[in-house]
Amino acid sequence: MIQIKSLSHTITDTPILQDINLELPQGQITALIGPNGAGKSTLLNAIGRQIEVAHGTVTLDGSDITQIAPRDLARQMAVVAQHLAVGSRIRVADLVGFGRWPHSQGRTTPTDQTIIEQAIEEFDLIALRHRFLDELSGGQRQRAFIAMAYAQDTCWLLLDEPLNNLDLKHARTLMAQLRRMVEHAGKSVVIVLHDLNYTLSWADHVVAMCDGKVVFTGPAAQVATAQSLTDLYETPIQISTVEGQVFARYHR
Amino acid sequence: MADRRVFFLTFAVLTAAAVFLLWGNAWQSSYVLKLRAVKLGGLICVGLSVGIATVLFQTLSNNRVLTPSIMGFDALFLLMKTVVVFVSVGLSLPPVSAAAGFLADTAVMIAATLVVFVLVLRRTRQDIQLLILVGVIIGLLFRTLAGFLQRLLDPSEFAMVQADMFAQFGGIDAQALLIASLLLTLLFVWLWRSHRVLDVMALGRDPARALGLPFDQLQLQLLAAIAVLVSVSTALVGPLAFLGLLVTALTHSLMQSHHHALLLPGAGLIACLVLIAGQTLFERVLHLESSLAVVIEFCGGLLFLILLAKGKIK
Ligand SMILES: Nc1ncnc2c1ncn2[C@@H]1O[C@H](COP(=O)(O)OP(=O)(O)OP(=O)(O)O)[C@@H](O)[C@H]1O
Ligand SMILES: [Mg+2]
Repeated sequence: MIQIKSLSHTITDTPILQDINLELPQGQITALIGPNGAGKSTLLNAIGRQIEVAHGTVTLDGSDITQIAPRDLARQMAVVAQHLAVGSRIRVADLVGFGRWPHSQGRTTPTDQTIIEQAIEEFDLIALRHRFLDELSGGQRQRAFIAMAYAQDTCWLLLDEPLNNLDLKHARTLMAQLRRMVEHAGKSVVIVLHDLNYTLSWADHVVAMCDGKVVFTGPAAQVATAQSLTDLYETPIQISTVEGQVFARYHR
Repeated sequence: MADRRVFFLTFAVLTAAAVFLLWGNAWQSSYVLKLRAVKLGGLICVGLSVGIATVLFQTLSNNRVLTPSIMGFDALFLLMKTVVVFVSVGLSLPPVSAAAGFLADTAVMIAATLVVFVLVLRRTRQDIQLLILVGVIIGLLFRTLAGFLQRLLDPSEFAMVQADMFAQFGGIDAQALLIASLLLTLLFVWLWRSHRVLDVMALGRDPARALGLPFDQLQLQLLAAIAVLVSVSTALVGPLAFLGLLVTALTHSLMQSHHHALLLPGAGLIACLVLIAGQTLFERVLHLESSLAVVIEFCGGLLFLILLAKGKIK
């Protein structure tokens, strides 16, 4: 379980996160939702220790993440950022291979190789494996980065808007993969989502943020109501059930 | 990761070194041989330093068209030399031995660059791109300051500084060379042991940190290593700007890899090859002793621009 206690973050005196208190349940998909600039990415980066926060603590299974050695943390948490880029000019298979770094420090073992192959297959990258990253489409690149995090084989997977560039098929496949990982491999997923329909159909738990604060949080089925979402996004949102599937209407 | 290309390059460098040493029946005179050995050692030290420093700098900056000289390392060197002449003439200090001078040069360069790096990086939240920009500006400042001080010198004193303004491969001191090669050996051992870490660092700060690398600490260590390498080569022969660019461009097109296990030895060896072959050609065939640095800089710059225009550098 990840526990966040009175977490605050400021960038040059502008408060970005204000007194966040949260528990992220283990073995579930937690959706982080909220309008642009709400602080979702910042919170995700604070949890993954990508940024150092000024106040408050994040604990992973009871231990403060600032006390965990970076390499050990990277074996427990994988982060896929919102803006993806790497400096070196590398191929897809090499990028995925870097996911094994926290485990083997670059001395790839046969086990690593098996996991890398599995990740490449899982995210539909076989045909792209020898392509350079800067010669891919946005969605293909996104999948390569997710495959890298998958290869990291961590208990926690933190994903910042992974559906951003994905087409319908790959978006749906990704959510199904995450579901499978949660259910069969005991993983926990924290995912920033903008599409409410994906949140409603796949997430177990919801954390809604606005202006650097948590507005509401709880099991998706209970807290994600038409009223609460309308207030959160300041946009009329209707929720209907069609053939047992909950979905949100907000496009017009 | 033994690679045929690295073996081939090593072989080429050894051949060039043998030709350089033994050209014109030099084995008959131990005096000539000794002179040439010192010069060869200098060329090798400088080649390895420049090649490897440029690879490291490009790894940190994620940019294949930059060299450490953009950060004003050579400007700092010039300023230091000018100040030394200025002060020692003013106080009429006795001249120091070449080895002591070399040690002092290197120490000052390393200390000064580290102070600048630590201060700037702390202020800019570890942003290397900003550090480079600050480096460019500081370099300009140093150049201007050095220029100003040089104007205050009289012509004979200015001649002492002028000798340091351009790279020169003659007159390398044997003792300074010994110190340099010890320093470099230690550094290369350390770098070789971290070549896999360098591969991850090349991904950039965020991806590297996400993989559990203490990036900021490593970045500072690498900058220190670059400062040592540039200082050694600059203190031995003087500033060289384009050699590094030329060498890394050639290395990337030969190695086609992001692995530092190939890039580091590749760049070091190619730089040695260029310097040794160039020196042999100029000294023995064309009898133009002093123009190697100028020609390398000119051809290096030109070839680099051609490679860039053809899209060979990515
Ligand atoms: N480096 C920065 N400097 C100053 N302000 C920043 C910086 N990074 C983020 N912010 C501000 O912090 C707030 C939260 O940003 P964050 O990226 O966490 O939002 P978000 O919820 O992820 O938004 P989005 O849905 O657009 O991705 C925003 O108001 C943003 O303008
Ligand atoms: Mg965001």
